[in-house]
Amino acid sequence: MNNTEQNTDNTDIKKIWLLLESVCDPEVPVLTILDLGIVRDVKITDGQVEVIITPTYSGCPAMDAISIDIRLKLIEHGYKNIKITSILSPAWTTDWMSENGKRKLKEYGIAPPAYRTDRIGFTDIIICPQCHSDNTKLLSQFGSTACKALYQCNDCKEPFDYFKCH
Amino acid sequence: MQDLTTSYKNDSPNSGVTSQPPPSGAGGLYVLHLADTTLILAQRNSEWCAHGPILEQDIAITNISLDLLGQARNFYQHAATLIGNNATEDSLAYLRTERDFKNLLITELPNGDWAQTILRQFFFSVYQSLLYSQLLQSKDAQLAAIAEKSLKEITYHIKWSSEWVIRLGDGTEESNKRINKAIDYLWMYTGEFFIAAAYEETDLALLKRTWLSKIQEVFEEAGLDIPGETFMQQGGKTGNHTEHLGYILAEMQSLQRTYPGAEW
Repeated sequence: MNNTEQNTDNTDIKKIWLLLESVCDPEVPVLTILDLGIVRDVKITDGQVEVIITPTYSGCPAMDAISIDIRLKLIEHGYKNIKITSILSPAWTTDWMSENGKRKLKEYGIAPPAYRTDRIGFTDIIICPQCHSDNTKLLSQFGSTACKALYQCNDCKEPFDYFKCH
Repeated sequence: MQDLTTSYKNDSPNSGVTSQPPPSGAGGLYVLHLADTTLILAQRNSEWCAHGPILEQDIAITNISLDLLGQARNFYQHAATLIGNNATEDSLAYLRTERDFKNLLITELPNGDWAQTILRQFFFSVYQSLLYSQLLQSKDAQLAAIAEKSLKEITYHIKWSSEWVIRLGDGTEESNKRINKAIDYLWMYTGEFFIAAAYEETDLALLKRTWLSKIQEVFEEAGLDIPGETFMQQGGKTGNHTEHLGYILAEMQSLQRTYPGAEW
């Protein structure tokens, strides 16, 4: 590969990252797939664009939809030779979620993952996204999607989704 | 194969690692066993959908079912690449018969009541967690990756199911009676966790000790007793099943059997 091709590829890779910024999670549409941290890499090899993604949860049904959305977005912008690769290791973690993503989640009414370093224990203090009280309780460790738990605020009484630490 | 099993016992107690990668045929069979086990339990748990005791618990058990199904898909996709011959995750799940399935017997047993479903999930999740922790060291990098991914999910399953075991054991007279009945029924199917099939790669003796102590810990808190030595059922790992598996497969595979290759 000569230098000109290398430069074109690098420009394309930057452009593709920008395009991926507009692909949203179908179940939490306020987040882009970059906010979620599920895009691990973008490569161009012999003219083929490869987008490497990792699932949030093994059974996450959104992954198929996300793969299709990435492909469509790239086709829309003139890319033809596209490969989407899903990798499992290293396993996805909410630590990869962007700060911007956490802010958007909260505005959307979903409590963002609370920072923690210890093993999974549900003693973390989860802030109510509606009234910002820290007086909340866990209703169920499993919620409307695999990535969420169900909480309720003891002050404003609103039930809300919490994006689980993972 | 017996020699292979013996050689593990000479390894250090914390080692579940084989010195040589298994031949791909055996590797394929082992991955299929892991796939079938998670698929059949996913299928069983999904029967609770819209029948859970309350909405939140209905959502919980079906979420667990979804996690198990996702794990099963990862295993089947990997098995398909090891097996070759145009195998796909769908052909492996939908077009094999009872004798081909290598799932643990405990996963195919009927759900029974909530206590029986919970207790099975608890027994299985603790076993699954210990087994997959060993698989992290597998020479098969994809198997290790699937284990790593699954372990995060299993942590939630253990927490949820162990809390239920404690609640039922230490709850009312009725709940205590139900969970004890579930122990009587399920215990004889837990032995199979630790009886190695020829294709298995892990240190099951170590697993058994750790599994028992974890079960003991939760049972003590729940006020429940571990049954004494008893006859243990086995056969699932080698394709000898209870009568229940046939009914599960008949339902699960009926569409692909009736309309081969159907997609939507």
